[in-house]
Amino acid sequence: MELVTPGIGLLFWMLLSFTVLLFLLKKFAWKPILKMLKDREESIEGALKSAEKAKEEMAKLQSDNEKIILEAKAERDRLMKEAREVKEQLISTAKKQANEEAEKIILSAREAISNEKDAAMNDIKNQVAIISIEIAEKILMKELSEPGKQKEYVDSLLKDINLN
Amino acid sequence: MHYRQNFIGIFFIITLMFFSLNAFSNEKNDKKGHGEENKFQPGSFILHHILDAHEWHIGKFGEQEVSIPLPVILFTEKNGLVFFMSNKFEGEGHGPKQYGDYLLEEGKIKAKDGSAVYDFSITKNVVALLFSFALILWVFISVARSYTRRQGKAPKGLQSLLEPLILFVRDDVAKASIGEKKYEKYMPYLLTIFFFIFINNLLGLIPIFPGGANLTGNIAVTMVLALFTFIITTFSGNKGYWKHIINAPGVPWWLKFPLPLMPIVEIIGVFTKPFVLMVRLFANITAGHIIALGFFSLIFIFGEMGAAGGFGISPLSVGFALFMSVLELLVAFIQAYVFTLLSALYFGMATEEHHSEAHAAHGKAH
Repeated sequence: MELVTPGIGLLFWMLLSFTVLLFLLKKFAWKPILKMLKDREESIEGALKSAEKAKEEMAKLQSDNEKIILEAKAERDRLMKEAREVKEQLISTAKKQANEEAEKIILSAREAISNEKDAAMNDIKNQVAIISIEIAEKILMKELSEPGKQKEYVDSLLKDINLN
Repeated sequence: MHYRQNFIGIFFIITLMFFSLNAFSNEKNDKKGHGEENKFQPGSFILHHILDAHEWHIGKFGEQEVSIPLPVILFTEKNGLVFFMSNKFEGEGHGPKQYGDYLLEEGKIKAKDGSAVYDFSITKNVVALLFSFALILWVFISVARSYTRRQGKAPKGLQSLLEPLILFVRDDVAKASIGEKKYEKYMPYLLTIFFFIFINNLLGLIPIFPGGANLTGNIAVTMVLALFTFIITTFSGNKGYWKHIINAPGVPWWLKFPLPLMPIVEIIGVFTKPFVLMVRLFANITAGHIIALGFFSLIFIFGEMGAAGGFGISPLSVGFALFMSVLELLVAFIQAYVFTLLSALYFGMATEEHHSEAHAAHGKAH
């Protein structure tokens, strides 16, 4: 029976020391331990969350980068295309201009040639006339050196002139 | 013939082990009947080890009994507060001892003239209690300090040994039974009882000083623990809890009205819950000690029949006792866990939020 009869002394000491133990442990052990555990869990959770966020941001950044690269490529292609077009245009206009210029030059050259030709013809004509006159003069002088012939000639001239 | 005697002996031991409690209660008569001081008495041997004592018995070296005297503090009707050391008691063997006006009989102090004596002595269990008190304080305050010092770092040493247990109590006991919202208030108490019971169970398994006192197997200790659970449960009971006790919803009216059967059952339940906590811990730990000591008693019982018997049985006894001790390690943890879990469940029941619809269904489920 003694086994199941609580002794008053032990009851008293147990009540006293357990109350004190509970109080002391609560204040000096459980409070800091539980707080630290909670803090640590929160910090781990926070770290995990921020890592997840960083990962997401990285992915976003990577996709952004890809987008930028694609855009840059498209831009480059566009620019290349434009440049090619400009080049072709330039070449074609240059060709056209050159042709026009050449034609103009040819035209003016032709004109100049014909002018020169005309001038030369005139000159030749004049020369021919002068030479003819000189020849005629010389012939006349030789013809008219005899007095009979002079008279004959004057007569022919006079015959032409009608005194009307 | 010898073999037959042994057989009877074994039968006697097995019977004794199964009815060991009976053996203790009859022990007094046995002793008087036989009157043989030297004969080994397994009942008194075991009882001596599991009961409280006014001295700390270390052992018998040759003919010399070695024990540590402990202070006796008495509050008496006649002399008021009396204080002396327990080795002042004088007497022969296991019989009653005396000092001044007081008699020490069967571990109890009485006044010779029969006046009332209240024994507040620092007994073996009180010493063990104070030792575990100091040990627990030292362990957990140093762990708390290492938490503050190594803030935000991984646990180390003692801290990493105890952290899983602390987390176990918090996550699997308190959070699971009380709920996320309210568990924090009860954490200090739950952790304290868990580690108090667990550490004292383990200390009780150590056979040498300062372990070996059967503290958690003492009804006074478990009574105080259960009392704390009872007080906390009662004081944290909310409206729903009391309503459930006095006017349980979902129960037919004739169980409540002319004869308040259900309320009576519920009110008895309020007291049986902590009572069961008290008895469970006490009985489990005491039973474990009794069985382990019973196995050791075998050696001495057979030893009395002949030296060969004692030597022959000792490997078996040691083997069984070792098995029991290992089992007790498990029991030490399980009982601490069960006490804490049930306390947490009672707190959870006391603080549970009762919703009218959910409640009706809940009542029917019972």
